[in-house]
Amino acid sequence: MSSPGPLGFPDPGPPRFDSVGDVRERLAVTGYLADEGTAGVVHLADRLAKPVLVEGPAGTGKTELAKAVARATSSRLIRLQCYEGLDESKALYEWNYKKQLLRIQAQRVVELDEDSASQGQGGGDATAVEGRRAQAATWQDIEDDIFSEEFLLARPLLEAIRATDAVVLLVDEVDRVELETEALLLEVLSEYQVSIPELGTVTAQRVPLVFLTSNNTRELSEALKRRCLYLHLDYPTLEREREIVMKRVPAITDELADQVARIVRSLRTLELKKYPSVSETLDWARTLVVLGVESIDAEQAKATLHVLLKYRSDLERAAKELSLVEQESPSAPTRRLGGAS
Amino acid sequence: MLDVLTGFVGELRQAGLPVSLTESLDAAEALHHVPLEDREALKYALGATLVKSSAHWRAFETAFEVYFSMRGPQFDIEDPSSDARSDEIADSEGAPGRGGGAGEALSDEDLAEMLYRALLSGNDAQMAALARQAVGRYAGMEPGRPVGGTYYLYRTLRNLDLDRLLERMLEAARAQAPDGRLTALEERLARDELQARLGKLRKEIEDEIRRRLVADRGTEALARSVRKPLPEDIDFMHATRDELTALRRAIHPLTRKLAVRLARKRRHGRKGPLDFRSTMRHSLSTGGVPVDPKFRYPRPARPEIFVIADVSGSVAAFARFTLHLVYAISSQFSKVRSFVFIDGIDEVTRFFEGADDVAEAVHRINTEADVVWVDGHSDYGHAFTIFWERWGEEVTSKTSVLLLGDARNNYHAPQAWVLSELRHRARHVYWLNPEPRSYWGSGDSIVGEYAVYCDEVFECRNLRQLEQFVAELA
Repeated sequence: MSSPGPLGFPDPGPPRFDSVGDVRERLAVTGYLADEGTAGVVHLADRLAKPVLVEGPAGTGKTELAKAVARATSSRLIRLQCYEGLDESKALYEWNYKKQLLRIQAQRVVELDEDSASQGQGGGDATAVEGRRAQAATWQDIEDDIFSEEFLLARPLLEAIRATDAVVLLVDEVDRVELETEALLLEVLSEYQVSIPELGTVTAQRVPLVFLTSNNTRELSEALKRRCLYLHLDYPTLEREREIVMKRVPAITDELADQVARIVRSLRTLELKKYPSVSETLDWARTLVVLGVESIDAEQAKATLHVLLKYRSDLERAAKELSLVEQESPSAPTRRLGGAS
Repeated sequence: MLDVLTGFVGELRQAGLPVSLTESLDAAEALHHVPLEDREALKYALGATLVKSSAHWRAFETAFEVYFSMRGPQFDIEDPSSDARSDEIADSEGAPGRGGGAGEALSDEDLAEMLYRALLSGNDAQMAALARQAVGRYAGMEPGRPVGGTYYLYRTLRNLDLDRLLERMLEAARAQAPDGRLTALEERLARDELQARLGKLRKEIEDEIRRRLVADRGTEALARSVRKPLPEDIDFMHATRDELTALRRAIHPLTRKLAVRLARKRRHGRKGPLDFRSTMRHSLSTGGVPVDPKFRYPRPARPEIFVIADVSGSVAAFARFTLHLVYAISSQFSKVRSFVFIDGIDEVTRFFEGADDVAEAVHRINTEADVVWVDGHSDYGHAFTIFWERWGEEVTSKTSVLLLGDARNNYHAPQAWVLSELRHRARHVYWLNPEPRSYWGSGDSIVGEYAVYCDEVFECRNLRQLEQFVAELA
């Protein structure tokens, strides 16, 4: 049971991480290289007992961050994948309607047996009244009975709140639900509790670490943002991307990893429809390793670029800009990068 | 610390960021958990609690630099006019690999040479020290002088001559290559790498200038003067080159969001007729009782859009962004046709047909459309007349006409009768004016004369207003 701390902050419980440095190290062990900002926010989320809203372009490791934190703290990951039309019966809890029906039916069968038994005895008025009274009592019993834990189907949010072991809750692609559905999350995220009218309020034993990810397809509501810490995961810097490539593609040589990271960075300075993501960089690095490439030249780059870029117009532009196709000497990059003027 | 934090939050609000009370409480609470001497950690703690949108990060960063910049002994402000003093700074930095004798005043050539070497080897610490020195030497900052930071930045950069530096470094890179020259790809990569390093240098110099300005003028005064508007608040007509780049970057996510929102609005407007089949199908789970009636999705009326845009110098940026936005959501319309004019008018729909890339198409308009008739000064009257003669027949009762421009007609004849005719034929006629409302009708602006024949005239100075209008339209 968590009691409110000073200023109404929920009690975060014993710290999961010692310091920002500790976060980085333990995430690195699980294979996730966090930068200073990411580690700092994870640390704060733990200390302030606040959810983290992670935004950024696709494929920068938003979901991966939550998974890595779960691994680093040896917690169970509970995932709620959001989609349009998600409602509380899929996110919070649902009564097991069929089981409840069965329970009522079973009760009725028992009563019918009793009824026929009493009729066989040919009972008088007094017994009939008593029978009705007994029936009323059983109705109360049934109601208590069918709205008990046994008939409750816990969905991810409730499951995370009720968990007695360490959990990390991941609410994935929260921008896909409608604005109205977001409200479902508010109670869970700020009070770490779920109110069930028939049962009462379920409060978290231990505040879980919560991550919400968003691809930014729409503006999230102020109410939701206010309750969260905000982390914007952008494309990594050259150095970090190189490290990521080396960590995740162990077979790669230093030189090739460096070249991969540099080419990807150059691609991201162009005006493309879709920029290569970190996961695509890794795919590309793996492709090159499989092909046995030691150093990328124009030919190989051109042949494998489709791993990185998924639009024809992007491919053409990249090939042109990176001088992968034969052309006259390149003009000044400031002009070429300037775009429409 | 609390004072600084309150001031900082106040500044963020001034810059237009929505910072709520709970968020500033969170920030105060967060400060307990980060080492205050670690500036980066502090920055991320404040960022995570106060800034909830990536578009606001730039404004936050600027304010942060001003409020939390100059604390710490290594940032002592030296006397800008004294080379000896600045030399000591370089010494105290312990800049490794310094050429020449320590304590000697550096000549300009030495400084340039050291900077060149620091950049070539990617030595960030030394580069930062040199950047500080360069500012001290070249910016010529005088206390109390009321000029903006950009002036000092310009003076410093002019003296350093980064373009030549880049070329020199490229030469060096070429010389290092095994056979004395680079392939085109390697050349490009080397250039991007060096550009990135120069970008860092530029940022160092900006930071240094800001530090000095803060020391000179005080935090709050400076915060006011360097405040950066949010991308959606940038005025189209007075945007600098950097701001235009920021706008171009901002418009991509904006169009995506708009398209998603409109598609959802379409799907959820429950006005369609009852879908009997689906209702019966769903009633099976409730024992044949139709508890939950299902409806067909309505067929939305999809208007036809004619965009007629003034692309003369003053309002070209505005026209460009509007065309971009309209075409990005063109799936919401049954047809989009676009016309651009200065004093002549030309249809540019063809540039958008089959083009994958709206930005590219907009760029082609600027170079290929035939929009000049006599002198290349806006003539709304003539352009409208020609439009009416050539395309007037094609405007139907399904058409919404968007007119974009400031209606500064250079005192030509307005020919407002065209709009009057257009209004009779078209469903709607809207005018978007990028000028502030208070300027309308001043000088050669005749927006008032045209307004009579429009359904409505909107002021559309920034992305926020533009987005609002387009969302209404679809």
